Amino acid sequence: MELNRRQIMALAAGSAAFAATTSLSFPVLAANDAQDIINAFTGGAEAGEGALTLDAPEIAENGNTVPIEVTVDSPMSEDDYVEAVLIVADGNPNASVATFHFTPMSGEALASTRIRLAKTQDVIAVAKMSNGTFAMDRKTVKVTIGGCGG
Amino acid sequence: MPFKVLKNIALLSGAALALSGAAAADPDDNKLIIDGEEIATDAAAPEGSPFDRLYSGWRFRTSETQDLQADDFENPGFAAITLGEELWDTVEGSEGKSCASCHGDVSEGMKGVRANMPKWSEAAGKPQTLENHINTCRTDRMGADAWKWESEEMLAMTALVGLQSRGMPTSVQTDGPMQEWWEKGKDLYYTRVGQLDMACANCHEANFGKMIRADHLSQGQINGFPVYRLKWGGLGSIHRRFKGCMENVRAEPFKRGSDEFIALELYVASRGEGLSVETPSVRN
Amino acid sequence: MANVKPRVKVPKSANAGEVITIKTLISHPMESGQRRDKEGNLIPRQIINSFKCEFNGTPVFSCDIEPAVSSNPYFEFKARVPESGEFKFTWVDDDGSVYEETKKIEVK
Repeated sequence: MELNRRQIMALAAGSAAFAATTSLSFPVLAANDAQDIINAFTGGAEAGEGALTLDAPEIAENGNTVPIEVTVDSPMSEDDYVEAVLIVADGNPNASVATFHFTPMSGEALASTRIRLAKTQDVIAVAKMSNGTFAMDRKTVKVTIGGCGG
Repeated sequence: MPFKVLKNIALLSGAALALSGAAAADPDDNKLIIDGEEIATDAAAPEGSPFDRLYSGWRFRTSETQDLQADDFENPGFAAITLGEELWDTVEGSEGKSCASCHGDVSEGMKGVRANMPKWSEAAGKPQTLENHINTCRTDRMGADAWKWESEEMLAMTALVGLQSRGMPTSVQTDGPMQEWWEKGKDLYYTRVGQLDMACANCHEANFGKMIRADHLSQGQINGFPVYRLKWGGLGSIHRRFKGCMENVRAEPFKRGSDEFIALELYVASRGEGLSVETPSVRN
Repeated sequence: MANVKPRVKVPKSANAGEVITIKTLISHPMESGQRRDKEGNLIPRQIINSFKCEFNGTPVFSCDIEPAVSSNPYFEFKARVPESGEFKFTWVDDDGSVYEETKKIEVK
């Protein structure tokens, strides 16, 4: 179902012509300090993949409230558990989002919350295990700008 | 602010591009089930409706946003319900009364009230929205100060009162003394305004179901208000949404609580006749 | 801050050793410190900066929170329930306010 040309003109007053020029006006944000924060968390240690799963929507309907969930495969026993999961977002003004701290009393290493993403970017989760190893996962979340702000 | 202007232009041009290329994206077929009870999110179109069928805005949202409304704990609008319940029992004003003093338990006293708003008031000589009714109670019966339209307290109270009608079909009076107001609301709905020269109908009647850039246009139904908008990060009133739409088309918006918005609320409510109350709903 | 309302959902009972789901939400604007008012001045940051959950005094789960967490912060997590007792939830505001909530749970 496509709109005809006249309807499009009526809706947007021919402003499509501006698209090419204005898109150039947006500054490209420099990458934030996400990697530094991750390095500080891991002490530079290598983070493996697989044990940690980060769930986030592929497309966020609004960047103000993006649901995310982390789960780490761990027995969560006294001598083998997940100590913490760091969440960073590599395109926000500040990369830090939150750090979850677990204990064997958590029973399962699962946590979910809702976060703010300023634009399309990667959300990165890094888990720190009680045995000193690390696991990582990342998801790209597309943050759209609505046709209507309201 | 120059950045804002640039952004608006880019936004507009994006809208045109998206609309020109977008395939139809009709309302989805998901069902809204809260605590095991289904709330109808569509309804037969009333006589004279421009729609084939009425759809709640819920049906146009992504599954993540829909999920937020399907669980009263996860629904962030319920934080306001907790505040509303406190306010319901709070004695205020010169008469030493709370809402509960006259209306008793909110679940009994307010059941069905939201479903018929706005309602004709003989005393006021015009239709009264839920906000108007609440403030009349506060000033005339409690001897308390009126709440501001968009205050945290007013939103908490309209959300709490609205919740008592959740799942009930909406229906407003449009004849008798209401007819003149309904006509006025209808005029406003179809009148093009602002620098973009657009009326409500251009988006919400002629193009609902399509993508306006990344936004999925709904029928503009108001059965879920006050609504928790992710964009706002909080609850907002029907008139706030009207105001936002008018600003989007770069028109000079009417004021919250103005006769124009009361008339428009009545008319838009009548266009959604039969849709269930979803207060407090969640939208993008 | 006025009108900050914590909400917590915990099952009323569980089997000994069962892992339960806990949901929490607190009403708070989470002012990020990035926004400006109408005059162009930065609105100072004011957020809930930490949250913790304890069971009978033992830490279960906690969270360091940055401004990138959405308004009305929501957390869902798990807890092992070894015995009957009480969960205590604590949120700390930038302005120093502390909001607390407790929920009892019974082991069947």
